Amino acid sequence: MNLDYLWHGFAVALTPMNLLIGFVGAFLGTLIGALPAIGPINGIALLLPIAYTMGLPPESTMILLAGIYCGAEYGGRISSILLNVPGDAGAVMTALDGHPLAKQGRAGEALAISGLASFFGGTVGTIGLALFAPALAALAIGFGPAEYFVLMVFAFATLGSMVGSDPVKTLIGCTLGLMLATVGLDPTSGAYRYTFDEPELGDGIEFVVLVIGLFSISEAINILEHQSRGGEILKVVGRSLARLDDIRRCAWTAARSSIIGFVVGVLPGTGASVASAISYMTEKRLNDRDGTFGKGDVRGLAAPEAANNATAAGAFVPMLTLGVPGSGTTAVMLGALMLYNIQPGPQLLTERPEIVGGLVASMFIGNLILLALNLPMVKIFARVLTLPNWILVPSILVLSVVGVYSTHSSILSVLIMLGIGVVGWMLRKLDFEMAPIILGFVLGKVMEVNLRNALAISGGELSILWSSTISQVLWVMALTVAVAPWFLARRMKRLRSVEAKAESAGLPED
Amino acid sequence: MPTFFRNTRMLACAMVLLGATAAAAAPEKTECIAGAKPGGGFDLTCRLAANSLLATKAIDKPMAVTYMEGGVGAVAYNHVISKRADDATLITAASSGSALLIAQGKFGKYDASAVRWLAGLGADYGVLVVAANSPIKSLKDLVDAYAKTPNEFPIGGGGAVGSQDWMKAALMAKAAGQAPKSMRYVALEGGGAVITALEGGHIKVASGDAAEMVAHHTAGKIRILAVMSKERLPGALKDVPTAKEQGIDVDWTVWRGFYVGPNVSDADYAWWTGTFEKLAATPEFAKERESRGLFPFTVIGKAFDERVKADVARFKALAAEAGL
Repeated sequence: MNLDYLWHGFAVALTPMNLLIGFVGAFLGTLIGALPAIGPINGIALLLPIAYTMGLPPESTMILLAGIYCGAEYGGRISSILLNVPGDAGAVMTALDGHPLAKQGRAGEALAISGLASFFGGTVGTIGLALFAPALAALAIGFGPAEYFVLMVFAFATLGSMVGSDPVKTLIGCTLGLMLATVGLDPTSGAYRYTFDEPELGDGIEFVVLVIGLFSISEAINILEHQSRGGEILKVVGRSLARLDDIRRCAWTAARSSIIGFVVGVLPGTGASVASAISYMTEKRLNDRDGTFGKGDVRGLAAPEAANNATAAGAFVPMLTLGVPGSGTTAVMLGALMLYNIQPGPQLLTERPEIVGGLVASMFIGNLILLALNLPMVKIFARVLTLPNWILVPSILVLSVVGVYSTHSSILSVLIMLGIGVVGWMLRKLDFEMAPIILGFVLGKVMEVNLRNALAISGGELSILWSSTISQVLWVMALTVAVAPWFLARRMKRLRSVEAKAESAGLPED
Repeated sequence: MPTFFRNTRMLACAMVLLGATAAAAAPEKTECIAGAKPGGGFDLTCRLAANSLLATKAIDKPMAVTYMEGGVGAVAYNHVISKRADDATLITAASSGSALLIAQGKFGKYDASAVRWLAGLGADYGVLVVAANSPIKSLKDLVDAYAKTPNEFPIGGGGAVGSQDWMKAALMAKAAGQAPKSMRYVALEGGGAVITALEGGHIKVASGDAAEMVAHHTAGKIRILAVMSKERLPGALKDVPTAKEQGIDVDWTVWRGFYVGPNVSDADYAWWTGTFEKLAATPEFAKERESRGLFPFTVIGKAFDERVKADVARFKALAAEAGL
């Protein structure tokens, strides 16, 4: 494997000018990610014309945009952990264990650990990008509608582990998500479903609108409710360094999640939200022996953070090797390359190695910058928790409303967000979890479209769903994930009861 | 209170006066609405105007681009008509896809005469493509093969049933004597997904636009069977025959242009058309257009208005024929 392009890339990325640009990008990205509703795609769309007008060379522009992209995946975790308000799509799962940690007065630690996990995921993903990009391009091509459908079956199979306290409520939540996903233009037939002749519903309910409604708005109401009852929320930031013991516990989790995130990122049809969900649920299946996941387990925090950062790197694989974007954000970056008359694709690496090399190298450097930027700032970020509620709640509401309005310029989406928020708050009072709703929404949409496309290809023949090797492997994985924990649990139980018997047998009978 | 009223009235008078003078000169602030996410076709259309107007100094300050996603431009269309009907500083991006949606009644209650069509500034053309290793070498091969075994050919496109990509495929199916409605049509998410599906062999034929396919064609990954234009396209595609040359008389022009609100005054409308006419003749504009993969297509003012309305009528007939 010839890595000359990469060394060349480091030479490009390490010039003082490009380092500065990388730093600016990483800083802006963290901010953009931390603000709810405003994701990397908006940040990049905003900054791209500025970079272009400033006359930055293409490699510098790419470095700036990559910094924003990676930075946003770091930033998204901050509000997830501190406020239970995900800053972007990939950070939804981060709130599940991150926020409970903050409530236990370990906010600083949670920020530090998630920062480290982000760095780990980002670095693993970038290594994957540097080494395996051309080989993985073949995998991305192998995924047709049928394979995506089975991938979603696999994702739903891992969802079984979400069934925490109440399986029925998880299923209801999931179904609610699926129902919400059907609103809007039916991508296959072109018919409008449940839009009530309202053109603004034509594209369905936006993901950010749903996430912000379910998390931010309902959280704000929740805080207000507790406030009025006089209940004080514990506001301790705690130490801002990660415990070595926790890091050790998270190491394998982060490694597995990084690989999952990277592979999911490579597939053009899936993104950070799917990657973080699959990795979280996989870890829960593997490690949740004492039922600590969802109550502030550091591994539940590390898994989605490592995964979503690895996804960001993985999404560059199809963009750079096939000229096909792996996510909305890379689609905008693809447009950026085309502005400079650079055509991404298989020939890019040979024709313009400084672009690819500079990009990959700047992602390595960007991750270092982000770690350096994020760890010392833990204390500052965590100050948010010490804000009194009369500042905090209006701020959450203002940020949510402004965020949703600014991305859609639509009052209707603000109203829908508020409506979802109120419903979400009521569901929370009934002990529903928010995550299954989000997952049903995200996975359901991809699943439906791909099932129908697969059947359109085969003319209604179901066998297309298990005819390729990729789909067969995925079916086996889905079955394993669904059945294995049940077997494991039974074996454990038997072992325990045998032990218990042995112990009780050994006890004196008096 | 009376002074307050007098003041506001004077202010209103002053604003009217200012407005009247502004009609002759360039508007202080200009805005372009892109009715989709950043990075899409509407964004590209807005940027084409924004960048070249600024580069040729037709406007002093950069034109703001506002994204208003929803219903492939339907939300923007309704917004302009109901909220910004007389805003002369605002242009909104549109394409032949908008005309197709209007023809199918998917832009709400409004038809094509609800706005003032301003100018078309560039065009792309429909193409039909196969994977590079496909035995199909020409559009004629495809039509012949499709006439015999239509079920062997799942066709992919970057839009739903009834979209531009579907229409292009439907025209091919019709030429082969097959019903468009029974096509095995696969609605994929955008041109990128179409290319991976084609390369992976998941679909056998794809329809799309020349600009998004040309790089993959020259890289030897896919083969463009025919361009759906009246004449051959210049540049990298000069060796690809038109559909008409291959005996199949179909064409599909994907124009990109703008409209303004229905109540924009004739003077303001004339400022825009005059500005675009001057703009279209500059080398800066030609460069911007080319860098966005668009071919020359300059139809301005009344001619553009007629073109859009003719397209809508033609699409209505096509949609009815295809059984939508």
